[in-house]
Amino acid sequence: MREIDAREITSTVSRLFQEACYILPDDVLNALERARQIEESPIGCEVLDIILRNADISAKEQIPLCQDTGDAVVFLELGQGVHIVGGDLYSAINEGVRHGYTQGYLRKSMVSRPFSARVNTKDNTPAIIHTDIVPGDRLRIIAKPKGGGAENMSSLAMLSLAQGRRGVIDFVVKVVDEAGSNPCPPIIVGVGIGGTVEKAMMLAKRALLRKVGEPNPDTETAELEREILGRVNKLGIGPMGYGGRITALAVHIEVFPTHMASLPVAVNLECHSCRHREALL
Amino acid sequence: MVKKIMLPLTDEAIKELKAGDDVLLSGVVYVARDAAHKRMIEALESGEPLPFDIRGQTIYYMGPSPARRGQVIGSAGPTTSGRMDSYSPRLLAEGLKGMIGKGMRSRGVKDAIKQYKAVYFAVVGGAGALASRNISKSEVIAYEELGAEAVRRLEVADFPVRVINDIYGGDLYQEGKARYRVDQE
Repeated sequence: MREIDAREITSTVSRLFQEACYILPDDVLNALERARQIEESPIGCEVLDIILRNADISAKEQIPLCQDTGDAVVFLELGQGVHIVGGDLYSAINEGVRHGYTQGYLRKSMVSRPFSARVNTKDNTPAIIHTDIVPGDRLRIIAKPKGGGAENMSSLAMLSLAQGRRGVIDFVVKVVDEAGSNPCPPIIVGVGIGGTVEKAMMLAKRALLRKVGEPNPDTETAELEREILGRVNKLGIGPMGYGGRITALAVHIEVFPTHMASLPVAVNLECHSCRHREALL
Repeated sequence: MVKKIMLPLTDEAIKELKAGDDVLLSGVVYVARDAAHKRMIEALESGEPLPFDIRGQTIYYMGPSPARRGQVIGSAGPTTSGRMDSYSPRLLAEGLKGMIGKGMRSRGVKDAIKQYKAVYFAVVGGAGALASRNISKSEVIAYEELGAEAVRRLEVADFPVRVINDIYGGDLYQEGKARYRVDQE
């Protein structure tokens, strides 16, 4: 049994959200730079230049990359040998969100009573927390600010088995096509195939945490990623939807076994500002 | 070629704007997004005045991050305009001339742009740190309790935007996509 102090969790969460909102990960920057080399549309190239300049200013001046600093999504990989002391885990995380969003001048976007009064909770809590219990005695915390624009364009389908692989491709391409300029392309397309409805969407969201363009280790799945990316980048939507070759930087697919009657496909879109930051305690 | 335009927009300036044009705006723009639009329409429906004289003005769909000490405004990029589609035709009928945001507009908004001689501009989304550099003044003028969704009056200088929808029915999103689309089986 290894002890981790709740206060350490709070300070880590606070730091991770601030860093995530100011500093674009290297893999995202590299993918944007590669896209800039490939893009043929002059307006598309201008957009990519603006995005790269913005990332530079944000990191240097600690101004959020985007004013939408997101829902505070937190992925936890909690070693079963960890004992949290000095407070409870989820309160510690929410306290970290509260502190980080306030101290870091991040926008508080969460509203309660979503279908009626829509009252801002003023500190961006509650965090959206997903916990996996894993072997070991460490705690991995991944902070993922998730903007509303791309999240709104996400979708789920329960395909018929007869639609198969072809149906999966057509559905994902249709979601990206209909989203058009709204999710701030070039996007990262997170796809979850299999499981149940909620499992499929969790897989899609988790897929967004992978390094941009890193293929799924399973060759069959990696081939599907390549094929969908090819189709998506023929849509012509381009950077910010102004027209161009690069509509998506990557398609990441995660797969899980499913019921013999089902073929769930979830698509969770992420804008070019693919922000996440992690720490291992 | 970049077009420099002083706000408020005039009918003459709007006539010159075509989908795809690169434009630098200078002058006053008002900031309002979802919650503020809802309130403005409710005000119109109950015969109350809008929080500012909308005739000839431009609205930027934006909700900034908080400013640090010494900053005019925090990150200040556009939000998705489509959520304002159900409100915009009414505001255009009241005299609104310019809209700034990102993302596609509905048929109804595009028709109203033609009918009322207005224009829809986009700013690069997710580049709010850069956008903040061309904002020289920001003050909340109404609905302060809405926080990041309050109505603001901004002064901007050479604020970079691109024309998406013009009075001639032009649409950069459709035209750009058609230019680069590769037909698939």
